[in-house]
Amino acid sequence: MSAVRPVADPLAFKDNARIVVADPVLRRSFRGAMDFLTDKRAAQFPDVAGFNRLRALGESIRQYALANLPQLLGQLEERLAERGVHVHWAENAEDANRLFLEIAQRHDAKLMVKGKSMVSEEIELNHRMAEHGIDCVETDMGEYILQLDHDRPSHIIMPAIHKTKEDVARIFAEHIPGAGYTEDVNELIAIGRRALRDKFATAKIGVSGVNFLVAETGSIVLVENEGNGRLSTTVPDVHIAITGIEKVIAKLEHVAPLFTLLTRSATGQAVTTYLNVISGPRREGEKDGPREQHLILLDNGRTQAYREERFRATLQCIRCGACMNHCPVYARVGGLSYGTTYPGPIGAIISPHLMNLESTRDLPTASSLCGACGEVCPVGIPIPDLLMRLREAARHDEPVAQQRKALKGQGGARRMLEVAAWKGWRLVYANSRIYRLVTWLATRCRRLLPGRQAGWTGTRVALRPAPRSLRERLAQRRPTPIPMDDTSKPAA
Amino acid sequence: MSPPVPALPTPRDVYFFATCVVDMFEPEAGLDAIAVLEHAGLRVTFPEAQTCCGQPAYTTGFPEEALRVARAQLDLFPEPWPIVVPSGSCAGMIHHHWPRLFAHDAELSKRARDIASRVVEFTDFVVGTLGLDLADADDAPVKVALHTSCSARREMDTLRSGRAVLAALPGVELAHHDHESECCGFGGTFSVKHPEISAAMAGDKLDAIAATGCSTFVSADCGCLLNLNSTLAKRGTPLRGRHVASFLRERLRIASVEHGP
Repeated sequence: MSAVRPVADPLAFKDNARIVVADPVLRRSFRGAMDFLTDKRAAQFPDVAGFNRLRALGESIRQYALANLPQLLGQLEERLAERGVHVHWAENAEDANRLFLEIAQRHDAKLMVKGKSMVSEEIELNHRMAEHGIDCVETDMGEYILQLDHDRPSHIIMPAIHKTKEDVARIFAEHIPGAGYTEDVNELIAIGRRALRDKFATAKIGVSGVNFLVAETGSIVLVENEGNGRLSTTVPDVHIAITGIEKVIAKLEHVAPLFTLLTRSATGQAVTTYLNVISGPRREGEKDGPREQHLILLDNGRTQAYREERFRATLQCIRCGACMNHCPVYARVGGLSYGTTYPGPIGAIISPHLMNLESTRDLPTASSLCGACGEVCPVGIPIPDLLMRLREAARHDEPVAQQRKALKGQGGARRMLEVAAWKGWRLVYANSRIYRLVTWLATRCRRLLPGRQAGWTGTRVALRPAPRSLRERLAQRRPTPIPMDDTSKPAA
Repeated sequence: MSPPVPALPTPRDVYFFATCVVDMFEPEAGLDAIAVLEHAGLRVTFPEAQTCCGQPAYTTGFPEEALRVARAQLDLFPEPWPIVVPSGSCAGMIHHHWPRLFAHDAELSKRARDIASRVVEFTDFVVGTLGLDLADADDAPVKVALHTSCSARREMDTLRSGRAVLAALPGVELAHHDHESECCGFGGTFSVKHPEISAAMAGDKLDAIAATGCSTFVSADCGCLLNLNSTLAKRGTPLRGRHVASFLRERLRIASVEHGP
């Protein structure tokens, strides 16, 4: 990683990106990592028709769940209560952290072990707990590396993908007592695992994320590879799971298709090493499992996306990360540049709801709308469309067509100069007479156009109109042009 | 091949929607596409009042402005003829997004859907409908790379027709480049809103194309070509991309329309 770390603020996106794209070592490293992941995924979906069928199923499962979200959440809460799980609702990060703190203080816990959870990143759980003297230790190897180095995840599945093995060697040697310096990857993993074992054995509280919540059975489903998720959810006396309200699905049978879509899209695995289906705390006569179990359901802006039909598909996401692996922008700027918990295309469409559209205004435009994200999304989220809708909402102060209420930070990218430019554009292009006049002038004055064109000429020569437009050249060719079909009254 | 080509076994007439980029910046591409169509015996009508499909505003977050511009095109194609567009991107805008843009108005929506159903991208039309005999074309050996725009690939599904045109031409060797399915970094206003990222994408694309050792590359989209050729010119290297219609006209030894009948 270069010496300058990207700033953890989406308003710094452009500055962050500028630094990263200028670094050839980082560029090569990101490209290599993304190629590795996209190749692995492609090997899991050799036939497009098969993928499309499975995706249609995954999409309909997620859409059904969202269409029935309030009922399913109610059913889930009932089932979980029957199983002895305490369900809590958190409107925002502050609420969620207060719930964690209350549980920790009740058990006099000074140490928590945590499996990978992006929602816990979203609420900055580690930092908030540290403020109260509670050590919240990451147990996912990637997250652990980052925590030791005071860094942030740059990918939702491969959080430390921006670290090299040399980085990890240095971090472990510096922070793990007695570790010594080695660049041997297997040895490094062994060092990390040994250091974490003690934490599992002594922590009173285990924290985890959630991949799916099954309403009909009250099951908490957790997908992982390292076994740290199983340890975090079974060894400590208390297990606290946290996730967003959108993770609920209706039926247990819905897990199978989503699970296979998730693992194949995320890491190119047919299955993961662990699939945990958690069904409540330890019962009478059972020898293991937590004695107390909590589920914290976080809103944190998700209801804004839910409320608006045109943004609701955002919540279909199952957090596989395929959109970032295939994104040409993400591959060049890396996840940290986004300055948000969730980077890449999914980050660009969810962050405006979790934060606000003003502070995230540069993220929806950070896409060439190439469509690679939408093409690989395993649950059919029309990501390019959602990016365009957010661009529109960011440039209009009031709710736009098919939008019920203003988004937080609606109009946050509205600049009068840009608005005026598009009004001018519309005047010209919606009126063929003006258009012809402008084209005529532009082709005659082509040499007078500025040689420096903001944003364009840094790496390109200036745009110059041709000496004569196509229509002029066609008109010259035909002395008596085909009668003009000039019914185009100015529509403006 | 999608979009579905209208059920006209041998169309006599077609409309030509040139696109604003071709009209102002790349008229040769438009003339060459028309020359190829006329060479196949078609009568090509260029509605003079045409301007733009509205895509630049639409993708930037100004759909109302896009709608007004698209509205000004709706009356220009009254006959039930195919509408040939020398751009996968603009064809995609009309085919997929016009029906949505006008969804609020039943009458306009009907006309937009009618036009959308008749829009066909140039290479798709050449391969799927024209049935041009390309075997007689110039067979001088040439190595050519193909850059398929993202809209052509993902919205219009015309990757295969672009390849088919080149494959049918004698002497033409298609040079596949690394990360061929990746975007060139144009993306309309993306190229000026995030210039460094866009430039990095264009640079990688051109390095990959140049690494094939091709003497030229072709694309069916002038937006990508503006981006790539402007970058090449700044680099000062001789490689340039051309519209596939220009390449096709030249290989078929068809005279430019301006020197034609």
